[in-house]
Amino acid sequence: MNPAVQTTALAKRYGRKWALRNCTLSIPAGKVVGLVGPNGAGKSTLLQLAVGLLEPTSGAIRVLGGRPAEGPAQLQRVGFVAQDSPTYSNLSVQRHLRMGAYLNSNWDQDLAQSRVENLGLDPRQKAGSLSGGQRAQLALALAIAKRPELLLLDEPVASLDPLARREFLQTLMEVVAVHGVSVVLSSHLVADLERVCDYLVILVASQVQLAGEVSDLLSSHHRISGPRRDPRRMPLQQEVIEESHTDKQSTFLIRTDEPVLDPAWSVMRVTLEDLVLAYMTRGRDIGRRQVPQLEMVS
Amino acid sequence: MIRFSWVQFRLQAAVAGGALLIIAVAFALTGPNLVHLYSTIVASCTAHGNCSTATDAFLAHDRLLQDFGNLVIALPAIVGIFWGAPLVARELETGTYRLVWAQGVTRSRWLAARLGLVALASVAVAGLLSLMVTWWSSPIDRVNMNQFTSVFDQRGIVPIGYTVFAFAMGVAAGLLIRRTLPAMATTLVGYVAVRVLVTFFVRPHLIAPVRTTSALHMSSGMSYIESNNGPLGVIGAKPGAWVFSDRIVNAAGHSVTGDFLSRGACLQSRGSAACLGKLREVLVYQPASRYWAFQWYEMAIFIGLAVVLGGLCFWWIRRRIS
Repeated sequence: MNPAVQTTALAKRYGRKWALRNCTLSIPAGKVVGLVGPNGAGKSTLLQLAVGLLEPTSGAIRVLGGRPAEGPAQLQRVGFVAQDSPTYSNLSVQRHLRMGAYLNSNWDQDLAQSRVENLGLDPRQKAGSLSGGQRAQLALALAIAKRPELLLLDEPVASLDPLARREFLQTLMEVVAVHGVSVVLSSHLVADLERVCDYLVILVASQVQLAGEVSDLLSSHHRISGPRRDPRRMPLQQEVIEESHTDKQSTFLIRTDEPVLDPAWSVMRVTLEDLVLAYMTRGRDIGRRQVPQLEMVS
Repeated sequence: MIRFSWVQFRLQAAVAGGALLIIAVAFALTGPNLVHLYSTIVASCTAHGNCSTATDAFLAHDRLLQDFGNLVIALPAIVGIFWGAPLVARELETGTYRLVWAQGVTRSRWLAARLGLVALASVAVAGLLSLMVTWWSSPIDRVNMNQFTSVFDQRGIVPIGYTVFAFAMGVAAGLLIRRTLPAMATTLVGYVAVRVLVTFFVRPHLIAPVRTTSALHMSSGMSYIESNNGPLGVIGAKPGAWVFSDRIVNAAGHSVTGDFLSRGACLQSRGSAACLGKLREVLVYQPASRYWAFQWYEMAIFIGLAVVLGGLCFWWIRRRIS
């Protein structure tokens, strides 16, 4: 199976500012993938490149094995909900569905209709008068009813209130369960991702900090604390992701595939949020550390 | 895609259709009366010589409706500003391009459908309006007789070229600037600039003018024209023609001024065959018969410019917009 999204040395520049730089990653298909990272990590740029709204400055990107937006067939395979789920404010819900029917050859009108009914939307209501949550749901319904193989969602719940957010994610989970569509969902809200994602990609400053099945990630990371110890003296198979020290005590977030047997440590499970924050912090620090090094060389 | 383009365009189309209908009704109600007035007031006056009072009386009718000619002038700008400029700019501004370009239709086809539909509508609106105005004003134009110079750009087929051009200009401006209001302003300025350029610097050179030198003989309906003792000319020499210059020269080929006639050799013998016989009239002009050739050329120029702008739009939306 082709990866959902595969990039090599992908870069996108706006004027002089790099939104994405030297990004190489592979996101598997057949999963609900959470793409997390701080603002400015390049998540939105990556997704827009994947749907063909943007053209790479350099590097390559393949989506389901094809070039983004290469032709109608490729466009048909990918459903996209852009940030803030744009809709035509002067067109009714019904007209939006008709747009979907006109512009997509695989359009599933029954699916679209039933989604709108389930949401309790009035088909004659103008999209401009919908609430943010309803608009997001309408955009999702449009993206689903074109029956894509891959659904790309750019911060779909960022602007929604908690209730609308939960409803949106519920809808998404139903769709995944029924249609088996691959999903890549960007967000900086880890709690939401925890609910829906089975695969996680942490992107900081265009670089993948961590990627893997959520269950594997959780079982291979531990928080351990014990008497103060220099991180350089930790066993090699225990990669230190995050450390904090007091006078007498050290706490580490480590990655290891083996059980932690040293009785000096008390071992705790990590949450996904711990993990994401630790890797985001580390990615940011690596990025900062590179700057003075470069200055010394020059 | 055509169907969705129609969904997005239908309101504007309805407004244009309604406006055309109102104009059509106004013209249908007053047009036949104008023809009747022409045949009673103007046609009969030619029998007994002096027509100026009759034509003045005739031209005083339906003054308001005569201003509809100005609507033909304004139409291209209106189409460019309200149909062209927002076509892509509004999608970019409101972010809906991220919705519509992610559907199963390529960007080029999307643009082709939107551009094609509204361009066709522009042709239809401009053609119909020009047709109606040309028909309604034909009695008035027959009295004015100078449609080459005064109403050239309000009649016939050139308004179609102008309108399609202004529309393409609006679309291109919206695509490049990405914001509706600045695109509208740019469209207006650009359209007016191109129109002025073509009118004053291109149109006169489309076909080499006819230059004739002939013996001066005055007939009825012609009179001397003289300004600030400048070169003396004759008006009314070529009905319906577009006269570039009209000079009276003496035997040596020099221009003759009003002074010459009043103080010079012809003073005593003014009007005498011997004096006037030495003078020649040098006329540089476009004959009235070339009216339609000029209409076609100018329309072709603007359609050509519109095609170039359209090509730019397609190139830009594929290569540059991302």
